[in-house]
Amino acid sequence: MTQTLEQPVIRGVRFFLAHTPGLVRYGSKPSRDIARDATIADAIAAHLRGYEAAVSYPPNRAFLGHIHPDTLAAMPQPWFTSVAPGTRWGGHGEIMPEEEFYGVLKICDAFDLVHLEAGFVEEARAALSTHPLLTTADLERLGTGFPEADIVRSCGGSTPALPLYLRNGRLIGCMQAAHEEDTSLAADVLLENLTCKASAVMAMRTLLAQEQLDPLALPYVLNSGEEAVGDRYQRGGGNLAKAVAEMCGCQAATGVDIKGFCCGPVHALTMAGSLVSSRVFSQVAVVGGCALAKLGMKYRGHLQHNQPILEDVLAAVAIVVSADDGVSPRLRLDALGRHTVAAGASQKAIFEHLVSQPLERLGLHFTDVDKYATELHNPEVTEPAGSGNVPQLNYRVIAGLAAMRKEITPAQVPAFVATHGMPGFAPTQGHIASAVPFLGHAVDGLRDGSMQRVMLLAKGSLFLGRMTQMADGMSLLLERNAAGSSEERKQ
Amino acid sequence: MKLQGKKVIALGERDGVQGSAIAACAQSAGADVVLETTYCFV
Repeated sequence: MTQTLEQPVIRGVRFFLAHTPGLVRYGSKPSRDIARDATIADAIAAHLRGYEAAVSYPPNRAFLGHIHPDTLAAMPQPWFTSVAPGTRWGGHGEIMPEEEFYGVLKICDAFDLVHLEAGFVEEARAALSTHPLLTTADLERLGTGFPEADIVRSCGGSTPALPLYLRNGRLIGCMQAAHEEDTSLAADVLLENLTCKASAVMAMRTLLAQEQLDPLALPYVLNSGEEAVGDRYQRGGGNLAKAVAEMCGCQAATGVDIKGFCCGPVHALTMAGSLVSSRVFSQVAVVGGCALAKLGMKYRGHLQHNQPILEDVLAAVAIVVSADDGVSPRLRLDALGRHTVAAGASQKAIFEHLVSQPLERLGLHFTDVDKYATELHNPEVTEPAGSGNVPQLNYRVIAGLAAMRKEITPAQVPAFVATHGMPGFAPTQGHIASAVPFLGHAVDGLRDGSMQRVMLLAKGSLFLGRMTQMADGMSLLLERNAAGSSEERKQ
Repeated sequence: MKLQGKKVIALGERDGVQGSAIAACAQSAGADVVLETTYCFV
């Protein structure tokens, strides 16, 4: 029997940012602290950035493809003082202001749980009417809104709704709970899930429209986010993937959620590639929505340093994996890196499994990979809170392994880090910050020939869920397409 | 530092040295690891 495997490629990738300073108070850390001390809300409000500052913020510009991440290394820090003008749309996606995102939230609300104030609805409708990815039918879903008095009453009821504010403190609506007793359907949980859905929908719509992909030709969607969609009987039951597909016109699609903390997207990409390679599906989308809970996670450090609260954006990604088109970067499914149960917990063991072993299988050296995309969290977010420069830590371990294998000298470690690594630029949005933020730049570079190979490697903190002490990790090598469409395998 | 007979709390970090790795080192040096945990700061 002769079986032909397809060579899977990354057909396209797009990102979405929503600048939501008004939602920072509902990040996990701010909301817990505000519950203990209400004056913290005022301190947070005083350190929130305006939309223009978020648009021109260099790490956000790198995330959306305006500039290459390497550019950040030469920019004076702090980056948040940059006055370079920015624009809403980059080559890899857009950053949307909060007034519009609340409207998108309502458009994606299938159960009439988002109640927006009537006047604000009309403002949102006007602002969204020129958005290239929203239709007349979408705008009709905004409805007519509610009187402010009704919203205030809802927020003080026996099953309180969550008030929704703009950065300036204006009350513009509320998020209703869906059940009086079910904590899985409480207003804060639903807001977390709905923001995740809405952001993933926008990333996916951007990708489908800009890459001119037919939504009706997409058979399967994998969602790789970390939200827990479900109710009291099946907390985290899931399938946000299908909810996203529904909102993107993918009428012939179904899908499923792939969970793995921060390395969910790399697991999902591997599975997408496998489904395409085995011809189960002609193409598969991988989406990841935002992590509302992470807004303002390091706000204390930012207040201590009297700097803007930089965790004020929600981030999402959408990727389509398809059969070889002769130009898009190839997924090397024969060189997966896996942090196995037996691997152990040391950094050396983890990176040997994720980096050394896959390269060995292909007969490659560490320097044969142009860029390693690992944990790409923006250090300007983490360092003021004492959490260090996470990408740099990871790159030093990779370089150290290369030195131990005598592929570089110890003196070459800093140069290796600078050349094969990159400054962190991703918002601390959980799974979104791990490896995949570089994917837009990787696809560009592997297509234009400025790069030959990129390795995506992500780690997941499984221990946070208290079911195991272990972490997890997964890596995937992308390679410039040298043309040729399939590989024969005889069984 | 001599760890023989000492009680040790091993606090690790995912992107640095994980708690289980610290605990293994401490135990091999004769320490009694009373708590090991790993945090993720991102």
